[in-house]
This record gives sequence, C-alpha cells and structure tokens, in this order.
Amino acid sequence: MKRRDFIYLTGMGTAATLIPGIPVVGRPIDPMQLLESIDLALKKRMADVALNAARSKGATYTDVRIGRYLNQFVITREDKVQNIVNTESYGMGIRVIANGSWGFAATDKLDNDNIAKTAELAVSIAKENSRLLTEPVQLAPQKGHGEVSWKAPIEKNAFEVPIKEKVDLLLSVNDAAMKAGADYVNSLLFMVNEQKYFASTDGSYIDQDIHRMWPVFFITTIDKATGKFETRNSLSAPVGMGYEYLNARPQDKIQGVTTLYRGRYDMLEDAKAGGAQTKEKLKAKSVEAGKYDLILDPSHLWLTIHESTGHPSELDRVLGYEANFAGTSFLTLDKWKSKNFNYGSKLVNIVADKTQVGSLGAVGYDDEGVKCGRWDIIKDGILVNYQAIRDQAHILGLNASQGCCYADNWSSVQFQRMPNISLQPGKEKKSVDDLIKGVEKGIYIVGDGSFSIDQQRYNFQFGGQLFYEIKNGKITGMLRDVAYQSNTQEFWNSCVGIADESDYRLGGSFFDGKGQPSQSSAVSHGSSTARFNGVNVINTSRKIG
Amino acid sequence: MAILSKDEAQQILKKVIGFSKADGIQANLNGNDGGNIRYARNSVSTSGEDSNVGLGVQSYYGKKSGTATINEFDDASLEKVVKRSEELAQLAPENPEFMEPLGPQTYGGESKTWSEQTAKITPEYRAQAAANSIGPASKKEVTAAGFLEDNRGFNAMMNSKGLFAYNKATGVDFTVTMRTNDGTGSGWAARTNNDVSKINTADASAVAIEKALSSRNAKALEPGKYTVVLEAAAAADLVRLMLNMNARQADEGRSFYSKKGGGTKLGEKIVDERVNIYTDPWHDEVPSSPWAGDGQARKRMDLIKNGVVSNLFYDRYWASQKNVAPVPFGGNTIMQGGTASIEDMIKDTKRGVLVTRFWYIRPVDPQTLLYTGLTRDSTFYIENGKIKHPIKNFRFNESPIIMLNNLETLGKQERAVTSEGNPNGLIPSMKIRDFTFSSLSDAI
Repeated sequence: MKRRDFIYLTGMGTAATLIPGIPVVGRPIDPMQLLESIDLALKKRMADVALNAARSKGATYTDVRIGRYLNQFVITREDKVQNIVNTESYGMGIRVIANGSWGFAATDKLDNDNIAKTAELAVSIAKENSRLLTEPVQLAPQKGHGEVSWKAPIEKNAFEVPIKEKVDLLLSVNDAAMKAGADYVNSLLFMVNEQKYFASTDGSYIDQDIHRMWPVFFITTIDKATGKFETRNSLSAPVGMGYEYLNARPQDKIQGVTTLYRGRYDMLEDAKAGGAQTKEKLKAKSVEAGKYDLILDPSHLWLTIHESTGHPSELDRVLGYEANFAGTSFLTLDKWKSKNFNYGSKLVNIVADKTQVGSLGAVGYDDEGVKCGRWDIIKDGILVNYQAIRDQAHILGLNASQGCCYADNWSSVQFQRMPNISLQPGKEKKSVDDLIKGVEKGIYIVGDGSFSIDQQRYNFQFGGQLFYEIKNGKITGMLRDVAYQSNTQEFWNSCVGIADESDYRLGGSFFDGKGQPSQSSAVSHGSSTARFNGVNVINTSRKIG
Repeated sequence: MAILSKDEAQQILKKVIGFSKADGIQANLNGNDGGNIRYARNSVSTSGEDSNVGLGVQSYYGKKSGTATINEFDDASLEKVVKRSEELAQLAPENPEFMEPLGPQTYGGESKTWSEQTAKITPEYRAQAAANSIGPASKKEVTAAGFLEDNRGFNAMMNSKGLFAYNKATGVDFTVTMRTNDGTGSGWAARTNNDVSKINTADASAVAIEKALSSRNAKALEPGKYTVVLEAAAAADLVRLMLNMNARQADEGRSFYSKKGGGTKLGEKIVDERVNIYTDPWHDEVPSSPWAGDGQARKRMDLIKNGVVSNLFYDRYWASQKNVAPVPFGGNTIMQGGTASIEDMIKDTKRGVLVTRFWYIRPVDPQTLLYTGLTRDSTFYIENGKIKHPIKNFRFNESPIIMLNNLETLGKQERAVTSEGNPNGLIPSMKIRDFTFSSLSDAI
C-alpha cells in the first residue's frame, strides 16, 4: 500500500490512536457502483493477454491478479455525521519468474496494449533483478484448478444496506452511550468487498468475492472534579461477514459481569453498557502491581495470540526477510527441527486455518492460486509448523504451499501473510465460571487495549478495556491502570486452563501491517477464555506536575 | 505527466472551477512519481517504480458536500467529475461542522521542498544503495536488510472563493539493519532528506555494521530507573509523541493538554525550560510546504517556548467556536539542540544506558502520555564516562513529558528519523535522568 493512496479518516479524537493508521485505499465513487462487478469473461480475456505476453517475453511462470477493491466508511461523533466515504480501486498486478527471479508490475489501464506492456515490464524487471540473484526461485508445485469460483457465505451484502440505515444505527449508538453517561462518542462502520480474479500459467482461473465488516465505537467520559478521563472501546470484532453481523439474537449473547458476543453483535446494547462502564472505570480501584492469575476473554486474548504466536510463526520473519522493519523471530528453524521446543503448556494447541467461516482470513484460494486449508502450528505445546507460501515450502520440506500468500491491492506484490491463527478450546467441559472459581488472586480481562512486543516476539505488554478483580474465586469489582508484561514462552507455559468449545469466539485485526512499502491485511484469531498463572501486572498510572 | 508545473496545474484547476454549478467548489490536483528497492539476506528482494496523478473535487450546497475523483484530464472528464461531486453533495447529510473554503491566501513565495538531485534518482542509484549495504556486510560476516524509497510530487488546490496554492516536493528515505551472521548482534541506521545529495547510504551502512559487531553478546542489566543517552533517532521516537497538540481534544477534557477544571494548558510550563520546539516552513534543513491541507498559510510558530505551551492547533471549525484564529498543523518540527556530542554526554555519565533507537511504541495512558516500547538494534551500558559493554534490550514505560522534565543535556540536532515513519523534523540527541525501564527482552 502506498502512502499517497491513503485517504486518512479524520476527526476521530484521541481514541482513534488506538487504531493504527486506518488507511483507505482507492478513489471515492458513487455508492451505487459498490454493487457492480466486472464481467467474468472479460477478466479471463484480460488475464490471457497478460499470461501470453509474459510467456512470449521469456517468463517461465506468470500469475495475474485483477482486483476490484471496494470500501465504504460511515463515520459519526455524538449527534453528527462526519464523513461517508465510498472508494474503489481497480487494476491488474502481474507477477512473473524470468531467469529464476521474481518481477512484478501493475497497471490500472486495462486495454490489451497496456496489459501486454505491463507484462513485458514485469519480465524485464525480473531479468534485471536476476543479475543480483543468489539462488533461483523454487516454486512448490501447484496444479491448475481450471475455472473455479469462491464466494464468502454472507447473508446480507453490507453495501446493499442504505446509507441512511447505517447513519441511523450509528447515531442511535452514540445517543445510547451519551444517555448512559458518556461525554463523547465516535462510531464507525467499515465495510470491505474484495472482488479478486486470479489466473496463472498453471492453468487456474479463480474468481473470488470476499466481504468484511467492522462496527466500532470509542467512548470517553470525564470526571470534571478530578480532570481525569476514561475510555471504553466497543467489544465488537472485525469479521468476514455481511451486515448480518449486526443482527444479534439472544443465543449470540453471553451474559456475565459484562455482556459478550458470539458470532453476532448488538452495537446498541454494547454502547449503552460502555457508557455506564466508563463512569464505573473512573471510580475503580487502581491495581496494585504484582503477580496475578489472569483470566483472558477471547475479545482480549486474540491480540496476544496475534502478536506472540501469529507473527513469530511467519516463515518470512524467521528467514530474515522482515529484518529491517517488522523484525525477525525467536521461533528459529532449529527449534522446529528439534521437534521438542516447548512453546507452551500441554494444553496449548494452536492451528492455522484459512477456511474458518466468518473469519477475516477465509478465502477459497490464496493470492497464488493455492487452495486454502488448516494445519497445526503448536501441537500439545510443541512447535510443529510455520506459515509458508510457494517459494518457501521447500525450506520446510513440504511439497505444497500452505496457501498464505496475500496482497492488499492489485498494485501491491503478494507475499507471505498470516492466516487465521487460533487457540483451540479445552477438550474437557469447562465454563468461564469454572475457570474463575479456582483463582485466589486474579484479574479477568475483557477487550483489547494497549499492545507492544519486541522485534523477535519475546517480551510483550498488553492492556485491555475492562479489568475485574478476582478474589478467592469471585469477581469483587472493577480495577483500572492494568497492564501485564510477560515473555511469550513463559506466558504460554503458564496456561493452566482453557474453557470448552461452547465459549469459542473470534477476534481480529482489520489492519495488520507488514512489508516495505507497508501492506495491510485482515486476520482473525479465535479462542475460548483461558487462564494463565502468575503473570506480572504493572500499574500504568503516573502523576505529572 | 505526474509532475505538473504551477501553470499547468492552474490551467486544469481553472477549467474545473468553471464547470461548477453548486454553491461552491474546491479542487485538489496531486501527482507523484516514486521508486523503491528492498533487500534482505544480502540480496535484493523487490524493486519498483510507480507514477500517478489524480484530481479530487468537493462541491457543496449549504452544509452538504460531496467528493469525487478522476485521473483523466480532458474537458469531458473534468466536467463529469464536477457533476458527480455535485450529485453526491445533494445526497449527503448535512455536516454542521462544514466550513466554506478559504479565500485567497498569501504564502510568501516558493518553498524549499524541491531538490533536482532527488527528482533525478535512477534505478541504478537505488541498486547502488543496496550494494553499499550488501557488499560491506558480506565482507564482515554480517547480513544486510534495507529499504530505500524516493519520491517527487506536487500538490495544487483551487476553490471558487479565489484561492490557489501550489507546491512541489521531493524526498528520500533510507533504512538499513545489519545483523551478525551468528545472530548475536544487530545494528541500524536511517537517513532521510528532501535532498539526496545530503544522505550517504554507504556511511549509514557502515554505522549499522559497526553497531551490529559491537552489540554482540549483550549482558543483562537489571531493569529500573537509569540515566540514558538517547541518540537523535531514539529522542525523536519519543518527542514526536507529545506533538499531537490538538486544541479541540484539550478543550473537550480528553488530552494531556486539557487543564484540570476546564480549558487547556496553553501558557503552562510542562517541561524543562531548555525545551524549545517550533515549526517553520522556511527552515533550510527541514523545509515544508508553506500551506496546510485546507489552504491555510503556515508560518514560523512556537509550540513549546522555554518549556511553556505556546500554541495548540485549532482547526477552522473549532477556532470559530472558540472565537480564536485558526492555527494549522505545521509541516515540520524543530527542537532546539545544544552543542554536546554523544561522546561528550557519555563522558559525563557515571552510570547509564546508551540507546540507538526504540521500537513498537504504543500508547498506554493518553492522559499522561504514558507510552511503552522497547530499545532495539544496539543498547550499551555506560560506566564512569565510558561504554562498558552491550546490554540486552529493555522495555520502557515512560512519558515524553516526564522525560523532558528530567532533561540533563541537549545534544546536537539531527534530521529526525523514527522507527515507524520519518517526521519532517530536526531533533537533538539528549541525556535524561531517571528514565523508566520496566523489564528485559531477549530480542536481538
């Protein structure tokens, strides 16, 4: 993604800093154009022009991605609509291997002449790059799929919902939060449709239709007497779903000390709770630093999984391709080869899965035409695998890619990105109450907050949205100023309990950044509530002046 | 096509304004050409060039506005984009905070943001930058990974109230990480400038190699409060965090710049009196566009003067609500430095830590501007005025406000580079007492 393509959404206040960037790629369009699609036969013809042109110039492999990327963003604060943005980005990216090297070029001018010229440019770049080549690209074999398609199994296309209905929902959300005690509230609906067509010289012509959405709010409440303020962000998750995500039924709600959501989300109800909880947070007890047993809700734990399992098991980081930016990884190949690297306790089973329904990472095929699947990363606490693409599979002794290739736009070159990475539920029947019952001195954390981890993914610090003190098996009240610090291996080895499948939920990130120039991808992480013993909790309050 | 001259841009924009049938119209015309090269494992991984130009048109009726864009510039396309923006404006809900565009402004002449040298960067230059890292690295059992990105572009705007603004700019950003092949040492260096003749990729690569080699086999030091000598990159990583000086958030009571009991900290002393931070579009070393995105003229303006908050940024809507003049965000940041070199500051330190840079810095508490993050790519223990040995990386929990109250010495200014993007600024290295490191990291 290129900096100049960003349309930065404005006016979201302090809380917006909790979302890194919020880049929107594309040019603004009429909302009606969001319901259009490109003729399939035309896409095949354009792809063939590129494949033939590259082959005639000496490419030994070519893939073509024709992408139409659509976004809609509705942004409000209190009783005002601040912005409604509809964008489209449409074009073609051509990737080739020539002289054993990769080359890539992209264009938004899709006439035959220009497509052929772009393919030729990709070949000439590959040949130029081959002069600095140390070893030729080795691609894992991939059979052609012929002409196939995949559509996200959504119930209601969010782009078909009138903007007025979305604006009315957000303004009622804001009103509910204000009536419950909030001083300020910003709310947004992010909606994405990726219409992607992939063709390659392996004989694949793959048409895919992917939908994502994220309803989100940020509430701030101020204590005028002390001048202090507290915030509470929505407990929603970004999802690979349509507008049905906002239609929560009674069975989608988990009642407890705060209401949690499984698969569907009640934004209005959560805003009302959030308004009241910011007031409660202002009066909450400041945490005493020390060791606590933590009970982590999936709305929180997804981010810890993302940072401490998802990123270190990316094979490109392990190999050093991200050394200059995101960093490398402590999960080095020798640890994997040993077959006994103790990443976590025996309860810890972590899988990669690009097929999970409703997840952000779910697609039929990745961006190099590999059919997506599911595999173990951590099995009974031991590191057993990574996340790889076609030109990395041989390093792991695999004869097929794991299907982790993704580009955030037709103009970006595809590379290894994280699939959904999830902690598997406990095998024994166990509820959240069962987990809390056994804790003498602990904290129950709901929602994601501040996050930071080192460049090899050892040392991390996480905050949250809601913190509840647990004493002798019971929740006794709210805490504030809480953050925990740990080391990845220590933390996952301190996992002593995971609730069963009935508690399993997905969280995720809409804007996971990696690469130079930076690209953003969306990924989900599932888990049930889990218990971690003896984790170091710090107090984050400071006095200035 | 991508870089239009002032006259060419003006000609297109005049046509656009002429097609308007709405209450008013504003048009922005931007173009950019750029290139990049990325390498890792002592080998080039990707490289490319790109070019684009686009026109954005905002039409309004009362407080309803609509925006449309296009990348074709014949008369029919220009008329079409104006018409579409007018249709979208008619459909839009009213925005009570909508402000009509500004009238004509005076910007004080041509900016200093363009460098002919940078505009002429070739693929060969980029390949040489990569070679400047990879060659020396492979001779020293070190592995290079780096990225160089350059761009040249222009921005122009015109509206139906008679405003016209134009600026063109160039820039080049270079970062390199050197890791020893045994994985026990890591060094980093970065350079940024409008003018490529002022950066030296070979020199930066040599610095990163030297750091990688000298940071091998780091020892653990107990976390706690330490005197730190922050190289300019590390200082910039933290100083930039206090510069979101938004008046509205302060007035609303939800920022560090809010005053207890209401109002803002404007006029209050918040940091050591030696801290002076200002913005100035005409600065020779870090020039910026003389106009902000909404067309307001930028001028030299103090942000922090002798430790006191001198200005907060007011957007035009908030300024109208508060009956004050709008204050646009600056295009650069200059923090006054001192004369001390890094070596001078080390010499003066009995027991302390030398930090190359920080990483993964994220907010913890917006009220106190408390942030957490880690040291990265070479951290050293200082004892009795000398670097004693490399140390393992630390996590910090610290506020730039607390840090600048604990200022000991200001070092020399450098063009600011940070771990997540390069602000257009000059920030000095500095020595700080009682900096809070809260835990150890095994990361190299």
